[in-house]
Amino acid sequence: MVNEIEGVGMSEATQSPESTEDDVGRRDFLVLATAAVGAVGAASFVWPLVDSMNPSAEVLALSKIEVDLGPIEEGQSITVVWQGKPVFIRRRTKVEISAAVKDDGADLRQKEKDADRTQKPEWLVMIGICTHLGCIPLGQKAVETKGEYGGWFCPCHGSHYDTSGRIRKGPAPLNLEVPKYKFLDDKSIRIG
Amino acid sequence: MSSAPQWKNPVIRWVDERLPVFTYIDHEYNQFPVPKNLNYFWNFGALAMIVLVTMVVTGIVLAMQYTPHVDYAFGSVERIMRDVNYGWLIRYIHMNGGSMFFIIVYIHIFRGLYYGSYKSPRELLWMLGVVILLLMMATAFLGYVLPWGQMSFWGATVITNLFSALPIIGEPIVTWLWGGFAVDNATLNRFFSLHYLMPFVLFAVVGLHVVALHVTGSNNPTGIEIKGPQDSVPFNPYFTAKDSVGLGVFLIFFAYFVFFAPNFFGEVDNYIEANPMQTPPHIVPEWYFLPFYAMLRAITFDVFFIPAKLLGVMVMGASIMILFIVPWLDTSKVRSARYRPVYKWLFWVLVIDCFVLGYVGAKPPEGVLVLMGQLGTAYYFLHFLVIMPIVGKLETPLPLPASISEAVSGGSANSSPSGMEKP
Repeated sequence: MVNEIEGVGMSEATQSPESTEDDVGRRDFLVLATAAVGAVGAASFVWPLVDSMNPSAEVLALSKIEVDLGPIEEGQSITVVWQGKPVFIRRRTKVEISAAVKDDGADLRQKEKDADRTQKPEWLVMIGICTHLGCIPLGQKAVETKGEYGGWFCPCHGSHYDTSGRIRKGPAPLNLEVPKYKFLDDKSIRIG
Repeated sequence: MSSAPQWKNPVIRWVDERLPVFTYIDHEYNQFPVPKNLNYFWNFGALAMIVLVTMVVTGIVLAMQYTPHVDYAFGSVERIMRDVNYGWLIRYIHMNGGSMFFIIVYIHIFRGLYYGSYKSPRELLWMLGVVILLLMMATAFLGYVLPWGQMSFWGATVITNLFSALPIIGEPIVTWLWGGFAVDNATLNRFFSLHYLMPFVLFAVVGLHVVALHVTGSNNPTGIEIKGPQDSVPFNPYFTAKDSVGLGVFLIFFAYFVFFAPNFFGEVDNYIEANPMQTPPHIVPEWYFLPFYAMLRAITFDVFFIPAKLLGVMVMGASIMILFIVPWLDTSKVRSARYRPVYKWLFWVLVIDCFVLGYVGAKPPEGVLVLMGQLGTAYYFLHFLVIMPIVGKLETPLPLPASISEAVSGGSANSSPSGMEKP
């Protein structure tokens, strides 16, 4: 404030009005340029701090697992941990597969054919996290409730999933996510 | 009225001439003029400050014993409870202190709403208060995760997942918040770090809140400004004494829970160690979040292109953000609901609505409770967006007393006939 007033006063006393305007323009440019460079500098300092909070290398390194499917009988499910998340692997019965295929044409919230959600119809592999707010749906164990569509049921806010893991009823917006996986042979897969 | 004090002690005088802390304290906390008709609802600001200090002191000591690691966190809290000298007492004070803080602050907020303390010239004071509420909520949420019980873990999972509702940037933000692909050790560590940081941010904003208060002065039950020396008394000893009475009552209340019902406000599931593979059948947030949780869950339907999940998050956010604009939503020229025959009752309807929402938030979202949650949410917004602006315009307020003195002593003691308050 004080400097500005002094500056204007001095230039008025010593210089013509034209050169004062030039001076003001030059001063504005210098101020803006300095501020811009300062902002870039500050941002390039902030980014490492922000990015340090993203998953670290050793967390990313645990991004693949192999699962032996041998011991799983028809109608059984197992839950494995991948990237800290539960992955549901279910060896589906004939009845479940036909129910899932039959509902391909039903009024689905997220349209996906059962065939697009599996590589082999017998094996359903998906991340066991409700797409609403991240709870783990029930239905993996024989004693647990499987919801109105015989698949999975999230107890937190009442989302029902069918035998293909598709959302059928409740607040969840999407089907249970199918992770990237590959059959290594008939009886084992690699997730990730 | 107030004069610069003459410090007799030469050391105090030497310091004060160079850094006038003693003059400041004398001016703001000794001579500071306070409306003489403040009732006990004006205790809650001071009480909140005392609880904040209590939380910081107990928190610092707890941090000396706590281990922020997924394998040890739960065990270290149990160690505090069983092995650390007075650990049970310090933890129960901290744990219940959180609930006390919210009880006090909610009463403080409703006091402000009833007596119109947010109205000009105290808008910024009120808005700083809303910032304090937001910071308190963040701090409480972060702190609740630290014991690493089932509710800690699943509360953290559900709340951080709220951000996944944002389009496009949602998923990357959630991964960034977690520092992984699920709530895990990285999450626990940063939550501990931030939980320790937040109270100091809170202190800074509380400082601004107090400075703003000392510029405008306290509102009072009549909502009329101080018009002369006969309307006010010095803060000390009148309100240091009145606050002390309130503090005594409050500490008895606080101590009852710490010693006789320490887990009254908690959830039993949080005494089960966090298990990322098993969601508890019924996730509930801490009681002070229940009305907001109810509003989040009330939105079970899509509106146009906005999915229900995102809309729920937006509604919950809006329920607090709307408080920022309350000073401009209220169109009444009278501050205090004491002189607003219609709004007075609508205020209590809002209070009841908040309790209804709290009840709905605590229960599973089934049957009639879904509808109750939706109606409660609709009414909450109706109060602020429709009732406040319209009732302020239509209602005929009761005649205001000429001054605080007249209101308190029936007019005879009013030595300054300064005329009617502008309605």
